[in-house]
Amino acid sequence: MKASVIVGAAETERVGVVPEMSAIQLHADAARRALKDCGLGPADIDGLATARQTPVEIAHYLGIQPTWMDGTAIGGCSFLAHVRHAAGAIDAGLCSTVLVTHGQSGRSRVGEPSPAVERQSMRTQFETVYGMDGPPSGFPIGVLRYMKEFGLAHEQLAEVAVAQRRWASSNSRALMRDLISVDDVLASPLVAYPMHRLECCLVTDGGGALIVTSEERAQQMNLTKPLVYLLGAGESCEAPMISLSEDFTTSKAFRLSSQAAFAQARLGPADIDHLMIYDAFAHLPIYGLEDLGFVDRGEAGAFIAEGHTSPGGDLPMNTNGGGLSYTHTGMYGMFAIQESVRQLRGEAEAQVPGADVSLVQGVGGLFMSAATLILGSAATASR
Amino acid sequence: MDEIIRPAPIPTPETRLFWEAARDRVLRVPRCEKCLTWVFYPRPFCPKCGAADPVWTPLSGRATLHSYVINHRPPLGYGSAGPYIIAIVALDEGFKMMTNLVNVEPAPENLQLDMELQVEFEDRGEWRVPVFRPAESDSRTAEVHSEG
Repeated sequence: MKASVIVGAAETERVGVVPEMSAIQLHADAARRALKDCGLGPADIDGLATARQTPVEIAHYLGIQPTWMDGTAIGGCSFLAHVRHAAGAIDAGLCSTVLVTHGQSGRSRVGEPSPAVERQSMRTQFETVYGMDGPPSGFPIGVLRYMKEFGLAHEQLAEVAVAQRRWASSNSRALMRDLISVDDVLASPLVAYPMHRLECCLVTDGGGALIVTSEERAQQMNLTKPLVYLLGAGESCEAPMISLSEDFTTSKAFRLSSQAAFAQARLGPADIDHLMIYDAFAHLPIYGLEDLGFVDRGEAGAFIAEGHTSPGGDLPMNTNGGGLSYTHTGMYGMFAIQESVRQLRGEAEAQVPGADVSLVQGVGGLFMSAATLILGSAATASR
Repeated sequence: MDEIIRPAPIPTPETRLFWEAARDRVLRVPRCEKCLTWVFYPRPFCPKCGAADPVWTPLSGRATLHSYVINHRPPLGYGSAGPYIIAIVALDEGFKMMTNLVNVEPAPENLQLDMELQVEFEDRGEWRVPVFRPAESDSRTAEVHSEG
């Protein structure tokens, strides 16, 4: 497959609390900034991928006439899957330049598409009847099993939030920037035992957009920013209901999507300089570090507590502060990709020195689906 | 305590026999006759081997506590009876399901993973849903723990 690159990347001008913009306006704000980032206009875009809103709504709002559309909506990792699909479509000649957008008024709820009232789905019949109404009460359902199997302590779980706040403290755009301690985390109110409020993601407004094209086309553009290469990608799914997980101490979708990405990139965990693991809740980076093969089973809690993923550590992870401290609109995956792109371009606020290979691991739903991107700086082009 | 209003299931064609059995206080799930897979949630075929028409089969109602959360933020419409337990239980027959635990105070010291549980049925409008309570021996143990 010919190389695909990310040439444009931007978030909305502001993230966090943005009540003056509707959800689709957040898509458009991010999209127009991403186009500007690479010197293109709407007429240059012939592929469009998005979730939550339809590609048709976004195309019309922005004045784009696509020849290829992807409305894959598999949760917050959808945008990672879109990048993978875009690379395939570009390679197949279905389009040349793809815009991937996200916008969500998750906090202010301005212009949000009304959620379909789900009354008869399997999830409603076999989960919602038990008062499991979504991520806070459902996502952590396996954490106590993990703690029993591997001896993870409540304090180690809290360390995930502490580590990410360290990164957020040097990111001017992060919603939560004050350093916190393990005691602060454990003293915050219980949301769904064993999870405390500081172990749960934020709920914010914002958006992000990417422009994906072929390396060949990118080399003909007048770009001011370095190229970011797609080295490998994967996607997978497990079950539409978390209660049907095969094993509550691991994510099958994490394992399968990351294995596919590593195989395509011909890389392994030891080759990764910078890591983003979608952190809707504090246990996700723990599951992710193990499922992706960065540490052995049961070791991730101690690994994070020892500072390996914190500023100055040997595996910098969630360097924007993550969903726990930076921002989380509801579909956070776009923001994880954006931080990887910034790191590989050398323009992150908390820049990791020498970051040439970055892995982004996204999750969708409650361990329902997953997608992985392995991205490389311009220095990786000859690999 | 406010009145507890908890949602009732709305059966679909492939799940109706599950909910009708639960209304009669029976836990019943389709089982593939060919490969012996329990088909939960119910479907009119086996997702593992592809065979059609798995047979509706009653379960023992015995399970163990696999994992749980204590939800401190009940959803709208779920009543305001305070924190409650959402659990994953491992049925003796070898598969897992989500449920609520009843007849036990929602406190971690009462809830040992792998403790034995027994099904019972909770009224939800014109239907009933399967929930689980500590099995007799384990409920005595829980009382000792809570007194200590």
